[in-house]
Amino acid sequence: MEPLFHVAPFTGYVYPNETVIPWSVLIVVYPYLTGLVAGAFVVSSLYHVFGMRQFEVVSKFSLLMALCLMVCVPLPLLLHLGHPERAFNAMITPHLTSAFAIFGYAAAFYVTLLMLENWFVFRPQFVHLGQNGWKPARWLFRLVALGSDDLSEPAMRYDHKWIHALAIIGIPAAVGLHGYVGFVFGSLKSREWWSSDLMPVIFLFSAIISGTALVIVAYVSSCKLRKVSIDLACIKGLAYTLWGFLIVALLLEGVEFASLLYRSREGIEMIMQYVRGPLVVPFFVLQVGLGSFVPLLTLTYLVWRGANDRALVVAVTTSAVLVLFAVLLMRYNVVIGGQEISKTGAGLVTYRPAVFGREGLLAAGFVLAAPFALLLISLRVVSPWSKEAAA
Amino acid sequence: MKKTNDLAQRARRNFLRDLGRGAACAGAAGAGVLLGATSQATGKQSADANGSFPVQGYDWTKHRWAYAVDATRCIGCLRCVEACKRENNVALDANHFRTWVERYVYLEGEEKPRIDTQADPVNIEAAGAEGKYRFANRYEDAKVEKAFFVPKLCNHCTHPACVQVCPTGATYKTQDGVVLIDHKYCIGCQYCVQACPYGARFFNHAKGVSEKCTWCYHRITKGLRPACVEVCPVEARLFGDLNDKDSPVSRFIRDNRVQVLRPETGNAPNVFYVGIDKEVR
Repeated sequence: MEPLFHVAPFTGYVYPNETVIPWSVLIVVYPYLTGLVAGAFVVSSLYHVFGMRQFEVVSKFSLLMALCLMVCVPLPLLLHLGHPERAFNAMITPHLTSAFAIFGYAAAFYVTLLMLENWFVFRPQFVHLGQNGWKPARWLFRLVALGSDDLSEPAMRYDHKWIHALAIIGIPAAVGLHGYVGFVFGSLKSREWWSSDLMPVIFLFSAIISGTALVIVAYVSSCKLRKVSIDLACIKGLAYTLWGFLIVALLLEGVEFASLLYRSREGIEMIMQYVRGPLVVPFFVLQVGLGSFVPLLTLTYLVWRGANDRALVVAVTTSAVLVLFAVLLMRYNVVIGGQEISKTGAGLVTYRPAVFGREGLLAAGFVLAAPFALLLISLRVVSPWSKEAAA
Repeated sequence: MKKTNDLAQRARRNFLRDLGRGAACAGAAGAGVLLGATSQATGKQSADANGSFPVQGYDWTKHRWAYAVDATRCIGCLRCVEACKRENNVALDANHFRTWVERYVYLEGEEKPRIDTQADPVNIEAAGAEGKYRFANRYEDAKVEKAFFVPKLCNHCTHPACVQVCPTGATYKTQDGVVLIDHKYCIGCQYCVQACPYGARFFNHAKGVSEKCTWCYHRITKGLRPACVEVCPVEARLFGDLNDKDSPVSRFIRDNRVQVLRPETGNAPNVFYVGIDKEVR
């Protein structure tokens, strides 16, 4: 049987209660998923709100992806809670001084918004399926379409107005939702590693790059799977977006890291020991080097040369995969890193993730895979590629 | 602990019942928000007004509990740790403590002290088991320049960071100054464990909720002293009521120049120390 808790080895002096790490790898996955949602939504809004036509191809797809991801966001939290059945206590009696208290409301609002926008976007397909789809399931699609089967031009114009409005509301909501996740960590004064006013913005920009990267990877893979040609203008647009936001994200993280070291407050010796020791590979080599600078240089080269062929697709997709990996590592280095540096400022704890169990790596992997399983199922029912198919 | 939970739970239930009546009148819509924002203040008042506090004859508006530690007296016998574990049914392992004792040893030629607690593997080996507590004589052959013990526990802060971050209000500050956790309402997110700068909180894995020192609330509301204070053979640990000028704590604070741990956090702890050193966090 899985033990009740895992004891973390330590060096130096740590408080006895710190030898069990409170937040596991599931709490690494939670901000990662939220970030992907925010990023995917931003990409979708680049077309729906900002009218950037090169993103039209992926606008519906990223919107659907944002929904699939968002409904899975509560999963890691529920798995982590000691009493998941009491999760609604936070909504029934939200303790308003807590950064966590509004999560339920924020998430519920955002899921509702995403469902509404997706509904308006895919309503014509529901209507179509309700009339011409597989017979035994027609009633279901009529139900999903909520009996609204008017596909006339005025009706579609009306739908479009709603999509536009929802996308506009969705931008501050996405930004707020993810900035707030950063605040959950940044507002804690007990951990020097987290305690920073920059945390919400850092989380936000890394969210946008991860979401954009995910759209790139998912779009390219779906084109390969469906055997359709990749829209190069779209890939180029996404590459520019990724490049621009990546620069800001890296700058913010660099500034935050530099000021942490420069401020050199109490416990800096231990932080330096951590930075020079356990952090070298996951942070400097993998997150910053491989995951951030390689894509940054690659994308800079592409932007400079203005490549426009197969090489563009390969280079951008590779960069996107690396960025996805780097942001996951960033979440890990923040969430776990903060807990590995003892509150005593005189010791380090080592987190060793369990493989099995409710908070193990397998569970985390399952949670990470769940939204994509959901996306694959959704793609069996509706197609976000209608424009492509018509072309 | 069971008793503590029951006390807290009953107080909470009564308050929720009263609040429910109020909320029914006020309208359901605003109630949820109101409940969260004012839970503590309203809770206290309603419990007092009805005299519904679970312990007969105890009025929590009449006390202001505080704790004092005279580190110069502590001999590191660890009876307090053992008493606490037994009294409060705390897991008998080396990773969950409501109170612990730190040992600071400055060796000749070394700038930083060597710090350990009863939970250190060497000390556990000396004690014989995780449920037994003693400090190993590990510096026998070393040249010790300065050494002292520091008992630690929840500081029951005036501005507790743990209460601030609790998303449900399951952990709260009582009117008599104690920070408690409602084990039947806690969702087990461990945000409070993260927020406490003193490492005083831990997760009760069997119950799925956060846990910490309650100053033995089940005892002090009956006029008894916390278990750790009761068993301390050298009066290194003192407990009392700040409203009572002659209580051991009031006298201690009056007679000494006391310190608190990590004053820079703004948490305003209510455990007052004498005889600690710059390296004590």
